[in-house]
Amino acid sequence: MSPAGPVGSTALTPERRSQVVRQALSVAVATGTYGISFGALSVAAGLSILQTQVLSLLLFSGGSQFAFVGVIAAGASGGPAAIATSTLLGVRNGLYGLQVSRMLDVRGLRKALAAHLTIDESTAVGVAQPETAGARLGFWVTGLGVFVLWNATTLVGAVVGDAMGDPRQYGLDAAAAAAFCALLWPRLKSKDAVAIAVLAAVIAVLVAPHAPAGVPVLVAACTALLAGVWRRAHHDPPPPHRWPDQGHAGPAGTAGAAGAAGAAP
Amino acid sequence: MSTWTALLIAGGLAFVLKFLGYVVPASWLDGERTTRITSALPIALLAALVGVQTLTSSSGAITLDSRAAAVGVAIVALLLRAPFIVVVILGAAVAAGLRLLGLP
Repeated sequence: MSPAGPVGSTALTPERRSQVVRQALSVAVATGTYGISFGALSVAAGLSILQTQVLSLLLFSGGSQFAFVGVIAAGASGGPAAIATSTLLGVRNGLYGLQVSRMLDVRGLRKALAAHLTIDESTAVGVAQPETAGARLGFWVTGLGVFVLWNATTLVGAVVGDAMGDPRQYGLDAAAAAAFCALLWPRLKSKDAVAIAVLAAVIAVLVAPHAPAGVPVLVAACTALLAGVWRRAHHDPPPPHRWPDQGHAGPAGTAGAAGAAGAAP
Repeated sequence: MSTWTALLIAGGLAFVLKFLGYVVPASWLDGERTTRITSALPIALLAALVGVQTLTSSSGAITLDSRAAAVGVAIVALLLRAPFIVVVILGAAVAAGLRLLGLP
């Protein structure tokens, strides 16, 4: 199967082709490096190496995976809350799918594969390309590249983490908190975003002593509803699901969306 | 619920959400309010996870320990535009170092 899919009459020049592939692979390599930290944090949270690997293969969405192991680590009864948190974080992938499906035009098994590979990185590289053929190539090479590297580095991180012993001694509990900070950071692009973040963090911490593990995070997620009733238009770039059916979005039109999605898995 | 059950359900739901994007009409989710809520959702969830992972113990009690210092250093690293992996390693190193000195 050609990773580029059908490119129609507008085939890419060799220069554009290698340019897109280079961009896609550099994003894949950068993302792969934090597969190591996911693998290590997951075994530190009490999951086995196999469970950690299955998460990277099946769930395949960095933020959701970090959240799942973070909530499971907080208590043995955290299963339902871990599922809910990881699923809510995965909602944005569905929104990316709305846009990516229009640009890929895929059917059958290939549609299922494309859906599985629809994450921040593949969407960001795809929508950043000015022409449809480049967008398709960028999406597929980034998606497949991240999938392969993310899973390989997850295994490395899990094996290394498993050999390390007491996770607290190596500060791995603090590393999990730092990882969530780094996942959040690129999304704090407006004052409203910062306000929602601060409010959600305060609510979660205040609820924590009075609720089972995982529930405080879900309660705090309700602050996102505030964004829906906020009278002031907030300044975040919208999720990139406005790919035009016809014609090409200019680089200026897609830069905000690519920037918003590009820095988190 | 076993960890295996939870992770298989989470994996299945993650795929269902991604696949829904490919099969539902875009107009279903194109409203401005929906867009605002869905772009705020990851912000609220990740910030709540930062708060809980930094300031609460496994029993849920509010605690101040080496993790708070580690997250402070991580934020400084992010302000200096450090890459993800550097931020995570710095966080771990700060907490590990403080615990080596006998702090909780």
